Amino acid sequence: MRHLSLTVNGARHELEVEPRELLVYVLRERLGLTGTNVGCDTSSCGSCTVLVNGESVKSCTVLGVQADGHEVTTIEGLARNGELHPVQQAFHDHHALQCGFCTPGMVLAAVSLIESGEATDEDAIRLGLEGNLCRCTGYHNIVEAVASAAGVS
Amino acid sequence: MAITEAAPGTYIGSPVKRKEDASLLRGRGTFVDNLTLPGTLTMAVVRSPYPHARIRSVSLDAARAAEGVVAAFSGADLAEDWAGSMPCAWPVTEDIKMPPHYPLAVDEARYQGDGVAVVVAESRAFAKDAAELVEVDYEPLDAVADVELALADEAPIVHADLGTNECYVWKLETDDVQAALDAADVVVTRRYYQPRLIPNALEPRGVLAQAGPTGDMTLWSSTQVPHILRFTMQLVLGIPESKMRVIAPDVGGGFGSKVEAYAEEYLAVTLARRLGRPVKWTEERAEGYQATIHGRDVVHELTFAATKDGTITAVRSEAKCAMGAYLQLVTPGIPLLGAWLYSGPYAIPNYSVTFTGVFTNTTPTDAYRGAGRPEATYVIERTMDALAAELGIDRVELRRKNFVREFPYTMSSGLTIDSGNYVASLDRLLELLDLPSIEAEQKARRASGDVKQLGIGLSTYNEMCGLAPSRILGAIRYAVGGWDSATIRFQPLGSVQVVTGTSPHGQGHETAWSQIVADELGVDVEDVEVLHGDTAVSQLGMDTYGSRSLTVGGIALWNAGQKVIEKARAIVAHQLEVSEDDLEFSNGTFGVKGSPDRNMGIKDVAFQAHAAHNLPDGMEPGLEATAVFDPPNFSWPGGAHAAVVEVDTETGDTRLVRYVAVDDVGNAVNPMIVDGQVHGGITQGIAAALYEEGTYDEDANLLTTTMTTYLVPSAAEVPSYETDRTLTEADNPLGVKGVGETGTIAAAPAVINAVVDALSHLGVTDIQMPATPERVWNAIQEARS
Repeated sequence: MRHLSLTVNGARHELEVEPRELLVYVLRERLGLTGTNVGCDTSSCGSCTVLVNGESVKSCTVLGVQADGHEVTTIEGLARNGELHPVQQAFHDHHALQCGFCTPGMVLAAVSLIESGEATDEDAIRLGLEGNLCRCTGYHNIVEAVASAAGVS
Repeated sequence: MAITEAAPGTYIGSPVKRKEDASLLRGRGTFVDNLTLPGTLTMAVVRSPYPHARIRSVSLDAARAAEGVVAAFSGADLAEDWAGSMPCAWPVTEDIKMPPHYPLAVDEARYQGDGVAVVVAESRAFAKDAAELVEVDYEPLDAVADVELALADEAPIVHADLGTNECYVWKLETDDVQAALDAADVVVTRRYYQPRLIPNALEPRGVLAQAGPTGDMTLWSSTQVPHILRFTMQLVLGIPESKMRVIAPDVGGGFGSKVEAYAEEYLAVTLARRLGRPVKWTEERAEGYQATIHGRDVVHELTFAATKDGTITAVRSEAKCAMGAYLQLVTPGIPLLGAWLYSGPYAIPNYSVTFTGVFTNTTPTDAYRGAGRPEATYVIERTMDALAAELGIDRVELRRKNFVREFPYTMSSGLTIDSGNYVASLDRLLELLDLPSIEAEQKARRASGDVKQLGIGLSTYNEMCGLAPSRILGAIRYAVGGWDSATIRFQPLGSVQVVTGTSPHGQGHETAWSQIVADELGVDVEDVEVLHGDTAVSQLGMDTYGSRSLTVGGIALWNAGQKVIEKARAIVAHQLEVSEDDLEFSNGTFGVKGSPDRNMGIKDVAFQAHAAHNLPDGMEPGLEATAVFDPPNFSWPGGAHAAVVEVDTETGDTRLVRYVAVDDVGNAVNPMIVDGQVHGGITQGIAAALYEEGTYDEDANLLTTTMTTYLVPSAAEVPSYETDRTLTEADNPLGVKGVGETGTIAAAPAVINAVVDALSHLGVTDIQMPATPERVWNAIQEARS
């Protein structure tokens, strides 16, 4: 077992984890943060996307111990004081989710894309989200939501 | 979260924002893998790495001795648990071959991924580690994956005792097809292969089973069909439906792949019963590619007969359809869901359809979005273009000339389309598309020999959904009915509970059902709570698949509302001492005609109904009603789609430039949700046309084993869509039709027609789906040589 010390959604955690434990399972099984989903085994689908130090990361591709000393934001930590984050609100307003399984990862990928200044137009948004798969929406409304949240048309 | 600016009376037809979003957006979804009960054990399934093998022995000693392991079982160990074979609910012919199918194989594994043993441990990691210690002695046998090779004389036989891989032959034919073919000016025959598709619901399957203290059992499952699952648990495990509770919590997409009763569901339940502790299993994606059903894998030969002026006089289809290694819940029936549709939206008097079901050493096939109808529509719409080319008639005019124009219309296949206006959809499509300008650009690029050529593809389609009239299902040998139910229950203080037999997994029933009930009863949409997906709450239901929820469950809901209003009317008439005929009900209030001051709101009636101080003699207290609706007909959406593609003739790469869809889905209860269904459906059709193909090698090893080799498109591969609707109202109280599958049905032929159109001047007449750069490039080279 290894000691892991990390901050998740502003709360500090000290844990003993197996070296092989993936960050996504540390979040889901140790911390009970089940909003981060596992959709594939191959880092293809992006359902497990979280922010590590503000950057989007596929948490099924990161060992828990690699997050030692870092700050992680999951979907549970995005709304503040009960108010949805502007990207969450845009997803609601634009019907950018159906089954909702890809949504936590997609929202966090979009937050990262917008904050990095790369969501400059539709093509850039589409390219920027290519690591996150959605099987329900056909992406049309996701792209509209992200464009709206990013203030681009 | 404000969800709407609409008011009672105007909810239907308004883009009310979804109730479902509040929890899903915050990461509070209740997907099965998010649920854990005290003492939960994790199950891992050991699967055959061979496509076909005799199982000589299974040694579980090392696994049982491993850290954290509670139990391990082989197929033989569990054989006594099964009260019957895993059921197939659709024996499509009297002489269909239905081999037994148990949750674990005992003597022989028949596809790569067939379960042979199971390990239960204290954690996911322990279970996975121990599963690798199970030693199975296999004797590999010859295997076959190709549906045509499987019918050849020397083919390996999937089920040796059957002596053949032919599962069934099903035929539907009118009297004079051959005469019509003989008399035709032109006969066009084309052959098509529609590849295997892996459904890829983003949530992998999951189950959690807990035995109760009195022989009762609760199963949480990522299923589309909790009611059907409850039924099958009695057949396979002998647990009476009255003791069985199935809960479908938040379910992360299905697309048909979760219209099933899977081996892992029976395994988790029987192990929870044996071990007295909750048992959980969560599929890994690569595991799911083998263990969750696939769709399509059909070889067609389609023939149209026509006169010189383009009047189509006959259609004949012969199809060989892969069943996979076993028959899952409705495997053999999937082709039949398209069997009446091989004339498309066209009036074709002579009709012949034959399906041959074929066993192969592959993952079983079953419903994948559209189920049977994409197969039919693809071969029809591809062949319409071929016929247009053969006749030298414009493809738009050929379609227009043959459209059904009068409704209701009884097709030569025998079913009756209640409503439609295919001309209106096509006209609107052409208006949006501005075809002349695109054709001018296409002409210019051809003239200049541009590397990037433009293509335009059309798909005019209809489909039958809204499964289904129970009598028809009985006549075509489906085991159960096609009705659905709804209960509407006023609570004493005026809030409304709705219990539906449908089981949503992304479709937004909580929102749309609230809109219907709020409008009908004149209450606020926030006053309505929709309960679903739990057989203890919703006792009567047939679940969600085949674009049935609104057209069957939604009508049941409307009918239940009418019953509630009638009871409320009787109470108001009694208390206001007027005749029921003197009352009118509007916006939630019963008023006496001509005396607007004398009125009573429905929430007051609800309180009076529960207080029961002053009810008509003999009336039961309470204000609730249940309706069960068995639809008299299928639902008949239709429309016209167009794809515009740009094909790089040097690399074979295809990009969608535009996709325009005009659909007639009847009235839209929530146009925002309808558009979302259309977007998602189109994307899965585009995916089949350009990207996705589940492939096996010649020894029946699955080659597309993960999302890295099976290409589910991302946002970067598809464009934004241009969508619109034309309207004919269906023959039901809401005037609604199904919409969940239309996009998938229409899109694949539109895209392939566009790719072929882009290259037709080079001599290309067909491209195998999916039109990968390699295939497109090869087609160009072959045409040039």
